[in-house]
Amino acid sequence: MTLPRFSPDSDPGPDFLGLLQRLERSPSWDGIPVDANQITHGTTVVAIQTLDGVVMSGDRRATSGHLISHRTIEKVFPADQHSGVAIAGAAGPAMEMVRLFQLQIEHYEKVEGRPLSLDGKANQLSQMLRSNLPAALQGLGVVPIFAGFDEKLQKGRLFEFDITGGRYEEKDFAASGSGSLHASTVIKLRHNGKLSTDEGIDLSIEALFHAADEDSATGGPDPIRGIYPVVAVINSNGFTRIEDSELATRTNTLVDKVTGEQS
Amino acid sequence: MNMPMYVSPEQLMKDRADYARKGITRGRAAIVSVFSDGVLLCAENPSNTLRKIGEIYDRIGFIGVGKYNEFDQLRVAGVRHADLKGYSFSREDVDARWLANQYAQTLGQYFTHEMKPLEVEIAIAEIGEEPGSDQIFHLLYDGTVMDTETFVVIGGETETVKTRLEESWKSNQPLTVVLNQAVKALAGPDRTLKADDLEVAVLGRGNGRRAFRRIENETLDEHLSEN
Repeated sequence: MTLPRFSPDSDPGPDFLGLLQRLERSPSWDGIPVDANQITHGTTVVAIQTLDGVVMSGDRRATSGHLISHRTIEKVFPADQHSGVAIAGAAGPAMEMVRLFQLQIEHYEKVEGRPLSLDGKANQLSQMLRSNLPAALQGLGVVPIFAGFDEKLQKGRLFEFDITGGRYEEKDFAASGSGSLHASTVIKLRHNGKLSTDEGIDLSIEALFHAADEDSATGGPDPIRGIYPVVAVINSNGFTRIEDSELATRTNTLVDKVTGEQS
Repeated sequence: MNMPMYVSPEQLMKDRADYARKGITRGRAAIVSVFSDGVLLCAENPSNTLRKIGEIYDRIGFIGVGKYNEFDQLRVAGVRHADLKGYSFSREDVDARWLANQYAQTLGQYFTHEMKPLEVEIAIAEIGEEPGSDQIFHLLYDGTVMDTETFVVIGGETETVKTRLEESWKSNQPLTVVLNQAVKALAGPDRTLKADDLEVAVLGRGNGRRAFRRIENETLDEHLSEN
């Protein structure tokens, strides 16, 4: 490995993926179709718009076919200081996509001397999905959510995607993964367009709780092992992950509420 | 038959070195110095957009003087190389010593094999986990590498600036003190440099994963006025 040098007409600029391509080191899963039962899948993630930003959360389960392959997988990641990405779908390509996405944003910022706009970041993710389409058609689909605090507009924004790279900005909430239908219904019924951060966190926990209730691939809170969803708040202060101890308290409150409703 | 004119290797190298040095000494000086809680990168730079200082990686910073397009090319190559290595292996495997060697090879290659040497002088700094473990590498146009754990002056009038800084510099001083010493050394006895004339950044131990921060505008004014 020597210092990469390019002539002006082949210089990849601030594009890290372009750099990998020039050096013929892009990750690729092209080729043989994959048996979906054999590979690890991540499931339900949601993002909720609040008054001062966005709350993102994801359950902790990963499945291979009907088996639970991991109980404490992470699906919500910081993309940079003011945005986050949550993943559902084939876990291997998804994790790689997140790592490349984080790198791409940071690489751009370092080379250019200023960060990408939020739209620019969403667009980058969209392009990465589009280039993953052949792999998606072989059974290695990745469907992320991207959310962040737009410093220019001073508000939270969220984006849903599909495997073709289609990018859809949502207003109140976004969800992805096998339990997303159930999670979305819960959020849709409770979202009034002016949630505080606290209410947003509680609503995301509740949505994942009900998704886990209906969908076998979504993991619910597990107080015995101390496993709770990953919840992150993104606002003008940046990306903050909520501590497990706080999530335990909030989950208990929710469980009490559900128990109360049933008795 | 025409015979190519004979030039002795000594003469050739000397000419190249003179050429590079002439380009570098035309510009202003810049200083990299350790302070109690990190590394300071400070350059005299009236431009607000054409930067001499840059972030390379989590704990590594870059400063260059000389021909802008040439040292900026080196900066970008460094970012690419560091990001590639961090991507292939792990973030903690990227270090300044290795990067300095890569820069040295490239500079040496240009110096001996290309049409003209790069008219640049650069320094890269890396902060360690503990005070006293910071490293600064100083690279010349011909690929010479020198390392130091105190401070380094690059660019034009280095000897004069260095002497001025040596008079006041001590190890383990707070940022504001070192910054003011560096600015005074850059300015000399007859001038005062304002925030607008400077480009300042630090690699701070308390800054989390990405240690690089620019010090600009009001923050820089505050540091300079606390003197």
